[in-house]
Amino acid sequence: MEIFWYIAIAIVLAIFFVLDGYDFGAGIVHLFFAKEEKDKEVITKSAGLFWDSNEVWLVAAGGMLFMAFPTFYASVFSGFYLPLIIVLWLIVFRAIGLEFRGQFKYQMWKDIWDKSFGVSSLLLALFFGIALGNIVRGVNLGIVDNGVAAHEGHYFFLPLWDSSFSPLTEHPGVIDWFTVLIGIISVVTLTIHGANWVILKTNSSINNKLKGVIFKLNITLAVLTALSLILWQNVNPNSLDNFADKPYLLVFPIVYLAGLVGLFFIKKIKKDSHAFLFSTLLILGGITSSLASLFPVILPSVNDVHEHLTIYNTSASQYGLSVALTWGILGFILIVVYMIVQKRLTSGKIDNMDYGH
Amino acid sequence: MSINLDDLSLYQKLRNFLFFCRIFIAQNQAMEDMLFYDRLQFAFTITFHYIFPQLTMGLSLMIVYFKWKYLRNKIEKYNNAAKFFMKIFAVNFTMGVVTGIPMEFQFGTNWAKFSELTGGIIGQTLAMEGMFSFFLESSFLALFIFGEKLMGQKLHFLTGLFVFIGSWASGWFILATNAWMQHPVGHEVLENGKFVLDNFSELFTNPWLIPAFLHNQMASVVTSAFVVASIGAFYILRNKQTEYGKLFLKTGVIFGLISSLLVAFPTGDWNAKNVAKYQPGTFAAMEGIFETEHAGAEIVLIGQPNMLDKKLDNKIAVPNILSFLTYQDWDRQIAGMDQFKAEELPDNIPALYYSYHIMVGLGTIFIGVMFVALFFLWRKKLFTMKPLLWMIMFLVPFPYIANITGWYTAELGRQPYLVYGLLKTSDGISPTVSSGNTLFTLLGFVALYMLLGLLFLVLVGKTINEGPNHQKH
Repeated sequence: MEIFWYIAIAIVLAIFFVLDGYDFGAGIVHLFFAKEEKDKEVITKSAGLFWDSNEVWLVAAGGMLFMAFPTFYASVFSGFYLPLIIVLWLIVFRAIGLEFRGQFKYQMWKDIWDKSFGVSSLLLALFFGIALGNIVRGVNLGIVDNGVAAHEGHYFFLPLWDSSFSPLTEHPGVIDWFTVLIGIISVVTLTIHGANWVILKTNSSINNKLKGVIFKLNITLAVLTALSLILWQNVNPNSLDNFADKPYLLVFPIVYLAGLVGLFFIKKIKKDSHAFLFSTLLILGGITSSLASLFPVILPSVNDVHEHLTIYNTSASQYGLSVALTWGILGFILIVVYMIVQKRLTSGKIDNMDYGH
Repeated sequence: MSINLDDLSLYQKLRNFLFFCRIFIAQNQAMEDMLFYDRLQFAFTITFHYIFPQLTMGLSLMIVYFKWKYLRNKIEKYNNAAKFFMKIFAVNFTMGVVTGIPMEFQFGTNWAKFSELTGGIIGQTLAMEGMFSFFLESSFLALFIFGEKLMGQKLHFLTGLFVFIGSWASGWFILATNAWMQHPVGHEVLENGKFVLDNFSELFTNPWLIPAFLHNQMASVVTSAFVVASIGAFYILRNKQTEYGKLFLKTGVIFGLISSLLVAFPTGDWNAKNVAKYQPGTFAAMEGIFETEHAGAEIVLIGQPNMLDKKLDNKIAVPNILSFLTYQDWDRQIAGMDQFKAEELPDNIPALYYSYHIMVGLGTIFIGVMFVALFFLWRKKLFTMKPLLWMIMFLVPFPYIANITGWYTAELGRQPYLVYGLLKTSDGISPTVSSGNTLFTLLGFVALYMLLGLLFLVLVGKTINEGPNHQKH
């Protein structure tokens, strides 16, 4: 039962990153590459039409996590207090930028919300990557100092950074050189994804240029991925054991690799949706590989006093999990139906579609 | 007494003891600060958040009404009214989403211990809210706004209906969560303090839930009816788009009177009886009864709780009414606060008392104003009665205040517990998040929400100013 809910939440989270990922990416593309007002407008629209229905997946993932693994929810949300609240603020800023930009026709007004949308998209992509880096690296559970725990074994608190910025200290912070590397990988991945989305959904004048950008970013990504694998060994020597023990888990890194390789042919790919599919694989593979490397651990402990948090020692009761299964399946079917209906109504290029405000 | 070496070591022991006492007191102070800022942040963010859902829930019902009228009579005015209010709905919905996500997060960030202990139960209802209502509402809202031409009128009506169902379902699951905290049922408490779900269906047959849900929904219809009527009065007074002004005013007044009556009776009455039954100490505190009377209890209309002398200052009260309202028996004794130990009473009695009395007082005024307005509507004089129109226009903040003080009554009344009688609020906070960090985020939220509130007013003001006749399509 725990495994079922773990997989279900992983799927919902992965869907969230694929969907909201493209509008984060669109924000980054908008920030760095869109120069003309017309391009800015359509790119904002390509995110503005969809961000709220994409973000409900985050709410759904949060709700499911709370229901199925309450101890994990409590531990992680209080432990990563500051970065999570900052993420909330950024989400709000992004939303304001998207919703308010088109309300008045003054150039200064638009410029303010353009920057708000772009910068918060960039920072969100960075922070989500840093979050993943933290989960993979592990935290000082129970806040152990010289072998003495200050709190129960599933509570911790991370400062934003430790002065050494190193993942190898006794009290690692949220931001260190390893998590920042994962954060940059996340930014690059989502920029590629967002660029693909912009190409797919709009007729903006920079579409051709974006293909070149994707190609260059993809090379960067390949280098960064290799680098992160090496450094990961340094941070956590057992990080790849799971793949050796259970070779079938290798399917996830292969998905990632397929996306990476596919995107090298970006200029030859005829259909835009195929390119988008490759960057989708990249995100899916990246997230699932990271989770699979830890399974069944969901938050490693960096001290020897407390054991890792796993899906088994943080879950709700069996009865609760099985009751939720019945309504969960019903809910999931409904959601898929809504999504299909909505996507059909908004298919194709959105340049001339009305924003609705 | 002579001093010897043993005494010296006793002195040292004493000094050590005092030293530890100081550390203990300092830690205790730190814990109290943490509790204080956690509560303040939650109170601030939830108060701001609840400005938006209370309007969207009520307004969605009125939008469905307008659209339904249009399907029946095919008068374009009604369709435009539905679309106009859906625009206002959309702005409020966006605000509700962006201020709602922090609420869900805060369960984990600031109330980790509470989440850990009760997540097996309230996680169910909160996850159901996300899955069933949130998705429904956001998908169909988009369809309603974009899809009128694509879908045709009947389907368009249906999407509006689904938005309504989604938003009310959202209220239902949130109220189910809150009902469990007010009157916990269907669970078992383990030795380690964890609450485990024992009976899922009891969460939804909780005797607290249905009265609270209906009361809350009716109150949200009051808010939306006042908003609609107020916009109507504005258009008439401004002498622009008066055709819509009249439609909005008429609809708002009719919805307003019906919902104001339903808020008080039977739903409000039903809730008060539940409080008297399940939280008797809270009942005494919110009604301001310090001393138990021998026979029937009086109802307090006005007065200030004086916590030093344990009495109400400047009291105006009507004898025996409270006993009759609560038990339909003029002489039934009702336990006053003197009958309860301090820990059985809420920890902020004056705030609870004022919240409750502001809610009830405003509710009574709403019934009166809407009754008068309906009377003049019936005599066909309402549209020309300027003083009454001005009054209706300016009354618009008050249903918001009534709704929010109503929630304060429920939440302050439950204190000092998170889960009534079982889990103290002070035992629910995140153990590792210090008060300094919470104050930092609280300040951030205050700044951000001020900006958000300002933008919201500008945007809604712009939409109202353009009016339903403004069609850029």
